[in-house]
Amino acid sequence: MANLKGLDGAVSDGPSQIAHASDGALVSSGFPILTRSDFSDTTFLVEIHHPMMARAARPGQFVIVMMDDHGERIPLTIADFDPDRGTVTLVVQAVGKSSRQMQTHCQAGETLFGMVGPMGVPSEISDARKVICVGGGLGVAPIYPQARAFKAAGAHVIGVVGFRSANLVFWEEKFRAVCDEFVICTDDGSAGIKGLVTDGIEAKLAEHGDIDEVVAIGPPVMMRACAEATRPHGIRTMVSLNPIMVDGTGMCGGCRVRVDGRVKFACVDGPDFDGHAVDFDDLMMRLTRYRPQEQEAMERWSENCRRLALDPAGREAR
Amino acid sequence: MARKTIRNIPQERAVMPVQDPATRAGNFDEVALGFDEANALLECERCLICPEPACVPACPVNIDIPGFIARMARKDYRGAYDLTTDSNLLPAVCGRVCPQEDQCEGVCAVAVNGTLEPVAIGRLERWLGDKAIAEGWKKSSHIEPNRFRVGIVGSGPASMACAADLAKAGCSVTIFEALHAPGGVLRYGIPEFRLPNSVIDAEIANLEALGVEIKCNTLVGRLFTIEQMLGDMGFDAVFVGVGAGTPRFMDIPGENLNGVLSANELLTRCNLMHAGKFPDYDTPLGIGKRVAVIGAGNTAMDAMRVSLRLGAEEVHCVYRRTDAECPARVEELHHAQEEGIQFHWLTAPVELIGDADNHVAAIRCIRMELGEPDSSGRRRPVPVEGSEFDFAADTVVYAIGTDPNPILGQTSKLRLNKWGYIETDDDLATSLAGVWAGGDIVTGAATVILAMGAGRKAAAGIRRFLGIRDTTVVYEPEKTGFENALFGIDLSERNFAHVTLT
Repeated sequence: MANLKGLDGAVSDGPSQIAHASDGALVSSGFPILTRSDFSDTTFLVEIHHPMMARAARPGQFVIVMMDDHGERIPLTIADFDPDRGTVTLVVQAVGKSSRQMQTHCQAGETLFGMVGPMGVPSEISDARKVICVGGGLGVAPIYPQARAFKAAGAHVIGVVGFRSANLVFWEEKFRAVCDEFVICTDDGSAGIKGLVTDGIEAKLAEHGDIDEVVAIGPPVMMRACAEATRPHGIRTMVSLNPIMVDGTGMCGGCRVRVDGRVKFACVDGPDFDGHAVDFDDLMMRLTRYRPQEQEAMERWSENCRRLALDPAGREAR
Repeated sequence: MARKTIRNIPQERAVMPVQDPATRAGNFDEVALGFDEANALLECERCLICPEPACVPACPVNIDIPGFIARMARKDYRGAYDLTTDSNLLPAVCGRVCPQEDQCEGVCAVAVNGTLEPVAIGRLERWLGDKAIAEGWKKSSHIEPNRFRVGIVGSGPASMACAADLAKAGCSVTIFEALHAPGGVLRYGIPEFRLPNSVIDAEIANLEALGVEIKCNTLVGRLFTIEQMLGDMGFDAVFVGVGAGTPRFMDIPGENLNGVLSANELLTRCNLMHAGKFPDYDTPLGIGKRVAVIGAGNTAMDAMRVSLRLGAEEVHCVYRRTDAECPARVEELHHAQEEGIQFHWLTAPVELIGDADNHVAAIRCIRMELGEPDSSGRRRPVPVEGSEFDFAADTVVYAIGTDPNPILGQTSKLRLNKWGYIETDDDLATSLAGVWAGGDIVTGAATVILAMGAGRKAAAGIRRFLGIRDTTVVYEPEKTGFENALFGIDLSERNFAHVTLT
């Protein structure tokens, strides 16, 4: 077929293209999950095979995944990408119906119905000489590629990550490998210092007089606290926003955020913005938009799971 | 048969049943039910089959309208379908969504003196398209494969038309779509009751039958760039038909309140994500009881009629001009009015007011009056001072137009104009060699048929660029100067008497 001839033509252009044509880099659905590991009851990691995306991805970008054709389009920040293995890593926290469904369904060997990306403008890896990379909660994983990129750019990287307690800590070795200094903050003091990530930031700001930039990823409350911690020092602070999205391509406007008094679309203008200019109240208010429906979906899902546990034969009842 | 004249054709249009307004406001079934065969044939009788038809040049893709109607009239439906699809890939779609009153039907000779209604060309086209889907007709053109690969960005009407033409010319065509389902605006934008998904699926299947490959979940620009497509991905040419999908807002206070959304978001949630069937489908819709839609174009009509079907008790339209300037198709406006949507003309929002939970509760509006005509020729609305009033609404939908999507501008060297649309020459070639663009991303928001026309035009440009002979141009040998002559004698003399044999 003419199509195959064309592909052969592309293959002969270079060895990298062989992998690209044979491993189905252009698959349009059915994205295979290679590995899965659990960090806690709610947080888990999946590694998905998508060689083309693994090559295209940059720190700060996100993907949208769909579990099945009835599913939501779920935006998730890319936690890691490996062009050599052709994989993209996502870290998911099971909090709502869709993410719990992912927790059940996303096992090695399964496939995702849809995955599109990398989306959003990549983070600007500036020429800052000393950077604090802050991750809290869900933001711990996606701050890793940023820390790695800053390290590769020759910066002195200080990693500050926050967890509730020691048993939830993950990727410590991975972070230590790319950070010149690394601080773990836990709510109960069971690992690292006792306190919030802002305590870690304050300590490092006091220790180093010459921090050029802070990058913070995490829940909006945490990012706002980080921005407030650096505001008096006038240190550039980038945050990664996570509003509600549908398509992720700039088409619906559901993800609009207020930055510097102007409306921006987080999916195509961001997701990274200057933390000192972001209206966090607006963001948090908009995140509550579908709370009742989320609640309803969650209850329905739990009820179904309970019934399924009682009667495994009644699988078909969705 | 006596020659047809305006006096001896059926004077009234054949009847096309529509769903009763009260019933249809509660379901997503099609509103216009389409002709049956008898009525279609009756309507065919109304066409004068003009020798120099005005309708053909008025059609953006120049369908041979009298030609297909004449074939239909003698029940050669297959022939009529083949003739139509020479020009138009998607008769079932265009028959439904074209603004025929501004195109073919607007210049129909039957209606030219104003007493009769024009031939219902759109409804005939739709009937033909539906017949083809029901019968499983495919365009059985023989395709001679060539070695060229063409990549197409986006899977909307412009891309579909371009893909079909290039596939027929023998290229291997790959369409890249960012969403998880193909069809572009036909899929996410136009609601089920105007264009059923089954019709889109059938038209996509036709494309695939031509050998076009469709890759969903592929965001061009971010997964790979247009430059990469032409480079190491090995495409010989690229067509960009990504549409203009970024919704506009007004930049008035309160726009970020919850319950305020773009028509695109509402329609995408409903059409693409099936939010109307929540919680069976996971995407919620969250529409209120009293919906106000700002704007009065076709998208606004769709948003209002969708809201009504999704359980809104009252749906209001807020528009700063009057019904005379309203850009929606007459038929759509009429359907919306029939379904009980309330229109507030000469009313413009100035502020959105929220409740204690930051959910929208009301729109502060101002009355307008019409002033001098502006650059579009429409009379400019001017605010009436001191006429502000509050209008209660728990959901506010913006349908005031769209801007071009920024992703390709961010990621390629394509030259854009000052509004962010892609700049092209008259043949729709862009500033990058080998890249063509067409549809809304070039012209700004327009119609499905104009986008398809642009897709076909770009396909012709790509064929020329690749050196593929244009099958629509009949080859003629060069003129020698001795045409119509035999042994140097002019054939028009028709008289060889003076030829003497020696």
